[in-house]
Amino acid sequence: MKKILLALGLAVSVALPALAQAREVTFTTELLDYGGDGAYMALYLTDASGAYQGTLWVAGKKSKYYKHLSGWARGSRLDPAEYDGLTGASITSGRTLKITLDLDDTLIDSGHEVLVDTAVEDMRDNRADVSVPLTTEGAGKPVSGRGYVRSFRYDF
Amino acid sequence: MLRKLHGLPGLFAVVFLVTLAVTGSILALAPALDRAGAVVPPAGEASVAQLAGRVVANYPGTEQIVRDLSGQVVVYYSRDGQAGADLVNPVTGERLGAYQPSAFFVWIRDLHRSFLLDTPGRMVAGISAALMLFVCLSGMVLLARRSGGWRALMRPLAGTGSKRVHAEMARLAVLGLLLSALTGSFMSAQRFGLIPEASDLGPGFPAEVSGGQPRPVDRLQALSQVDLNDLRELVFPYPDDPQDVYSLTTTAGSGFVDQATGELLQFQPRSTGSVVQQWIMRLHTGEGLWWLGLILGVAALAVPALSVTGTIIWWQRRRLSLQTQDNAAAAEADVIVLVGSEAGATWGFARALKAGLTKAGYRVHCAEMNALAHSYPRAGMLFVLTSTYGDGDAPASAGRFMDRLRDFRAGSALKYAVLGFGDRQFPNFCRFALEVDEALAGKGLSRIQPVELIDRCSAARFSEWGDRLGTAIGAPLSLSHDPVPPRTFRLELAGRVDYGLAVQAPTSILRFRLADAGQRWRSWFSRSGRNSLPVFEAGDLLGILPPKGQDARFYSLASSASDGVFEICVRKQPGGLCSGYLHGLKPGDSVEAFIRQNPGFRPVAGTVPVILIGAGAGIGPLTGFIRNNTDRNPMYLYWGGRSANSDFLYQPELGHYLEDRRLTGLSTAFSRSDERAYVQDRLRQDQTALRQMIDTGAQVLVCGGRDMAAGVKQVFEEILRPLRMDVDQLRAEGRYLEDVY
Repeated sequence: MKKILLALGLAVSVALPALAQAREVTFTTELLDYGGDGAYMALYLTDASGAYQGTLWVAGKKSKYYKHLSGWARGSRLDPAEYDGLTGASITSGRTLKITLDLDDTLIDSGHEVLVDTAVEDMRDNRADVSVPLTTEGAGKPVSGRGYVRSFRYDF
Repeated sequence: MLRKLHGLPGLFAVVFLVTLAVTGSILALAPALDRAGAVVPPAGEASVAQLAGRVVANYPGTEQIVRDLSGQVVVYYSRDGQAGADLVNPVTGERLGAYQPSAFFVWIRDLHRSFLLDTPGRMVAGISAALMLFVCLSGMVLLARRSGGWRALMRPLAGTGSKRVHAEMARLAVLGLLLSALTGSFMSAQRFGLIPEASDLGPGFPAEVSGGQPRPVDRLQALSQVDLNDLRELVFPYPDDPQDVYSLTTTAGSGFVDQATGELLQFQPRSTGSVVQQWIMRLHTGEGLWWLGLILGVAALAVPALSVTGTIIWWQRRRLSLQTQDNAAAAEADVIVLVGSEAGATWGFARALKAGLTKAGYRVHCAEMNALAHSYPRAGMLFVLTSTYGDGDAPASAGRFMDRLRDFRAGSALKYAVLGFGDRQFPNFCRFALEVDEALAGKGLSRIQPVELIDRCSAARFSEWGDRLGTAIGAPLSLSHDPVPPRTFRLELAGRVDYGLAVQAPTSILRFRLADAGQRWRSWFSRSGRNSLPVFEAGDLLGILPPKGQDARFYSLASSASDGVFEICVRKQPGGLCSGYLHGLKPGDSVEAFIRQNPGFRPVAGTVPVILIGAGAGIGPLTGFIRNNTDRNPMYLYWGGRSANSDFLYQPELGHYLEDRRLTGLSTAFSRSDERAYVQDRLRQDQTALRQMIDTGAQVLVCGGRDMAAGVKQVFEEILRPLRMDVDQLRAEGRYLEDVY
């Protein structure tokens, strides 16, 4: 279990610290048995217009492969400051990644979406393997991905 | 020392090295298989824009087009929310089949990379690659030392059995193995951060895109300017996102393409570091270099065989060097026997000497030469038995002897004798033994008897030396040691042709075959294989055991195993035991015999001229070489006999070979004819032509008596002088070989 306080630029600037309400959110990503090497994954948030807002987690240590997570790469501009402290090992075929973060309340039910980009060596890149709105209603409901993700859900 | 270092990693890492090699050989097939299935249009025929247009026509949901180095084009697409990947024909854009990386190859690759153990396994694989690199390099140094120099590496190898197989295979495979091990070590070192990785982040995403109406992909200018064969990867923009762009990676670099204007944005050429890195990867995997992949794969197959032969060699050396029991302590012994041995053969002789002396009542201490003590207080006799390694160097167990000898204090009573073992065919026959003999004399020791040099482990010479030694020390010694207990078989005389009676040089060509069919049957079906028929070639030696238990005598074979007969040429020596015995045989009579290989006396393969020189019965193996010359390489025979009418051995057969071009030229000399010529005279007459042939790389093989060989050598020194060469130099290059008796 990883517990990280996510400090999104937007959230901090709109909601002042005194008013800010944070909520613990757990993201669970289960992969298919796609039968290749460990998958690189980026979990990130976009706003209602689809613009990149911040990085939740990056699985995979070698930054030279990050460009294959193209949606995230484009949004984050691969600026190390965007993912510093938010990286871990790549996820092997069939395994599950579970991360827990403190998210600002203003990010929920406000049109924000969670996206997961995935890539595997010598296999396809999946921009937006998963893309799901972050809503109270959607919590606890698994959705399936289009690429290597068997199921994805968030709980709070 | 180096030999031990060469062997140890091999022994300890054998499982890993063999796994890496076998999996590597399998993986090496992949580039060739991929290439076979790929359609590669000629350069300039199609652009990336054309390819993308055709692909999109067939796959509206195309997300990514990847072209691998072997030319396969894979399209990743989604259709009705389902992701798919197909191999397509790059010319038509049509589907060739589903793209499914073979689970087998993926598994083999993981086994190769990490023994299926992920990071720790990758570390083991990396260390194994580094060990392989070390084994290759140390092996090359050892082989060069053994052959007598780096230049000599390509000449025919001497030796027999596992050692020879090991050396031959290593020589063939080493370059491939070196390349695989070097590139593998490099990639692993990079993986673990020991070597910095070239940064290859690619260009940053363009800050601004036009955001206009997207154009069809086949009308994007930047894509029409890239040849299809230069494409590595084209990632399509996310559907319905006008701000997104195409990401393009080519062999030259990577950048983005605006989907409305078709402009190339932020293009960044690949860094030199990244190009080098990719070449190292390709040299390792053979990706896009299918022929290299196959070569490396075949070379890797040598590793299991090298491991087996290497282990056998190690075991043999270990077994042979194990000390005999009841060894007297150095300080207590009357007699010291020191052994300098490379492959261990000398130890057998040392044990025989020790046994003989022990039987005569001496207390004997036997050790390797490197174990030379500071002094031997009780000893009266010191024997040094040593071989010579490569170009006159000390063998493995004697490398430190000369250094230790400097501090050696010899008692005034200590006397010594040196026995050298070697092969006369090598240029520096027994040189180390001679140096040791001199060095001991230099220490003020006196000799029991002069240094004796034994050619090719001759049991007879060793026994004679023992007899003389027994006389010298006043204690009869009966030394007998035959280093290789020969595997004998029974031969039956099938036919004989006699020559030379009229000129008092009775010489016969004797043809033997296996004594009875039953024996052959048994040998083919025997489970142990110990009775199986030996493999032999013309030039190998047939050892004949005379009937009364005397030592074997050796005759050069004129035939090969494939001829089905054992053919030798024997001159009856006055008073000769074995030759007399052989000359007395009638067809149907049988003898006990065995094969001793003689790989150092063989014509080179290839198109350089081979000059064969012989006298009398020495023509036997030379005729065999000519008989085998079915490739019609240039071969010239100079032969000397006594009389054309009486002892012209093989006359009809040689005429036949001249006709069918197996023999290019024949020159004979007869000493009891009007001309009174010797073979040396013929060589002198043809010296201009011979000099020219030597200059173009010709090889000389001499077979016959010692005096004749000395005469021939003298003539060749004259012939070579204008070329500023000498016979020793030719010998060192394996181009002057002698089989002398």
